[in-house]
Amino acid sequence: MLGNEAIVRGLLEAGTRFASTYPGTPSSEVGNILETISDEAGLYFEFSTNEKTAVEVSAAAASSGVRSFVFMKHVGLNVAADPLMTLAYAGVRAGMLIMSADDPSAHSSQNEQDNRYYATLALIPMIEPSNPQEAKDFVKEAYRVSEETGLPVLYRTTTRVNHARAPVVFGEINRDTPLKGHFEKDDPSFVNIPAFAVRNRVRLLEKNKKALEISENSPLNFTEGSGDVGVITSGVSYCYVKEYLSGVSVLKLGMTNPLPEKKIADFVKGKRMIIVVEELEPFLEDTVLRIIAQNGISVPVHGKRDGTLPREWEFSPDTMKRLKDLVSVKDMPEPLPAGDVTLPGRPPSLCAGCPHRGIYAATKKAVGKTPVVYCSDIGCYTLGVQAPFHTADFIICMGGGAGAAGGFAQVTDQKAIAFMGDSTFFHAGVQPLTSALFNKHDIVMVILDNRTTAMTGHQPNPGTGRHFGGVDTDAVDIEQLVKGIGIKFVRTVDPYNVTECTKVMKEAIDFQGVAVVISKQPCPLLLKKNKTLAKATASVKADECVKCYTCLRMIACPALVKRPDGSVETDPVQCIGCGMCASVCPKKCIEVRK
Amino acid sequence: MKYCVQIVGVGGQGVLMASMVLGNAAMEAGYQVCMSEVHGMAQRGGSVLSTVRFGDEVYSPLEATGGADLLMSFEPVETVRSLKLANRDSAILMNLDPVLPGNVAAGFEEYPDIQALVDCVKARNANVRTISATTIAEEAGKAVAANAVMIGAAAATPGFPLSREQLRDALLAKVPPKTVDLNSKAFDMGYDAMSKQ
Repeated sequence: MLGNEAIVRGLLEAGTRFASTYPGTPSSEVGNILETISDEAGLYFEFSTNEKTAVEVSAAAASSGVRSFVFMKHVGLNVAADPLMTLAYAGVRAGMLIMSADDPSAHSSQNEQDNRYYATLALIPMIEPSNPQEAKDFVKEAYRVSEETGLPVLYRTTTRVNHARAPVVFGEINRDTPLKGHFEKDDPSFVNIPAFAVRNRVRLLEKNKKALEISENSPLNFTEGSGDVGVITSGVSYCYVKEYLSGVSVLKLGMTNPLPEKKIADFVKGKRMIIVVEELEPFLEDTVLRIIAQNGISVPVHGKRDGTLPREWEFSPDTMKRLKDLVSVKDMPEPLPAGDVTLPGRPPSLCAGCPHRGIYAATKKAVGKTPVVYCSDIGCYTLGVQAPFHTADFIICMGGGAGAAGGFAQVTDQKAIAFMGDSTFFHAGVQPLTSALFNKHDIVMVILDNRTTAMTGHQPNPGTGRHFGGVDTDAVDIEQLVKGIGIKFVRTVDPYNVTECTKVMKEAIDFQGVAVVISKQPCPLLLKKNKTLAKATASVKADECVKCYTCLRMIACPALVKRPDGSVETDPVQCIGCGMCASVCPKKCIEVRK
Repeated sequence: MKYCVQIVGVGGQGVLMASMVLGNAAMEAGYQVCMSEVHGMAQRGGSVLSTVRFGDEVYSPLEATGGADLLMSFEPVETVRSLKLANRDSAILMNLDPVLPGNVAAGFEEYPDIQALVDCVKARNANVRTISATTIAEEAGKAVAANAVMIGAAAATPGFPLSREQLRDALLAKVPPKTVDLNSKAFDMGYDAMSKQ
């Protein structure tokens, strides 16, 4: 089973009764499964508007005696860092796990930050599984650590754990934990005014001593193998060590904060050499070096600090080749040489009939030669960076485009246009929009409302209303919300009507102040999934087409095909008959049949 | 024993599904199995890769570059793009039916001559077998069964450690009940097409 599926199984076996998230790869499947099974499994689950809120609701559950689990991708923990830091001071009563799914090699992320440092920053215990079986098994152990210390535990995974697939042996499902709790008031713990906070810090440090004791004796931190070369490792790196290195002693760490100081010192003593194998930052290595120094041990340590292993990107069996001069590494065959045929690229791209294509085409046309900065955001629409759109000049984080737009508007003579999805708008878009209005920035914000959180696998968001787990809520109307803030220029457009969109975008660009355009059309992939996509196809009237290729240049839809003879056709397999190409055709020779 | 299949293709071709069928079959056969797959951004019509490793003792979800025992490629250009996953002794199973990248369909880039792609692969590896999986799937009833054709072909690949029955059972257990006949037929046609080579 997939690592993320194994984690859900772990929740059921641990008696988790409350779960929350904001979707983000590589953690998303956990939420998709819980959305489907939470009712039947007897646990409450929600998609919160962002990771900060997700941590807060789960913290309240755990403070009321209900085991909770909050999960997100690594960058999500940045958003949730604020509650996390003080939650550690407050502590929890029932177990609480915070899963951070890190993404070394940034397979679907904007950076590859190493969130292990959050555990040391917040002073909370950390557990790291290395494969799907451990991903399930360690959940239970993590709850034990959380409840013994009264602290939330950082459950840290990486892409190759979340998206690894392997057989998993199940345990018993726990149905005995409470679904409802009661919040016993305790101001000195839960009200962190300065007078209480300073005392809670002392208590937190005491709890960390307890956590250290647990780590020293934890079965998750074990040694195996033999030899005078010691390898210290954790997470998925352990799998590469176990399969590809031989003749070494291995200290495998499953509980990586606090690190078991004594166990590490004992392991290191008498070794000829130590190699620390971990992805990203020298997190383990630096502590190992400190422990060695404090214990007056003299042994060379190889890892990232001496350049033996890389700090960038995820590891793989290939990485183990770098240890050849130090230890015995399993032979790996010589790869075939690269081909000598020029290959066309195949980057991920916006789907056929994706409504983002329409609003991007309209924006480009409306902008013309006006100098602009396109501030984009995190979602499918990030793909606007590609040809022929090039509608992404600045992307840093969720909600970051709209925030930056205000700054560009202030210091440059370029018009700032921010693109943001509907889910992202609820996550982190309302605040920068309000700020832009408050500070009189001259920006256009385009909300790409495709009625779902598409990139992460079509999760609901406040704009769609909630309809699962026995809870039904009304959709929040984005237009009303924007008007409610006080934005004067608000227009909702249909991105499939590119001509109309172009007109509105021109008005928005000319408007002095904050203009909001809501481009509203559901994601066709979602409609296909729900089997509600209206049957339609577009076709090009070959005798009327003048081969100007305006459709290809403006929309570049994968369903538009240019034949070797120069004629343009639609691919009936891919075409959904949205009519975007028809709306830009100057000869009106593309016909849509419903 | 350890065997690794690297499955490459394009998002939407059923690469993930094929890897799960192979993984399940290996598990049923009593092997340890480790797999890894690509989700998220990479699925929007881009190149995809799934790794299936099984044997008496496997721990790593990823394979070394060049470590594939079988490179199972659903698409001609992707075969050439993925050559480094294989070595001189690997078996290479290459679907000849292309999926045009967006830029090729739109006329901005050209799709290479398929024979040139085959020649390029054959010049580097002597164990290449080609198949027109999509065409065969269409003959079986529907183009979407191309992955069943590919799985059938994999079963007939010399040195492949799982039996025809093991793979076929795993496939039919995985597909929707009403497509069992189609997939079964496509599997057999893939197997037969490969055994003739």
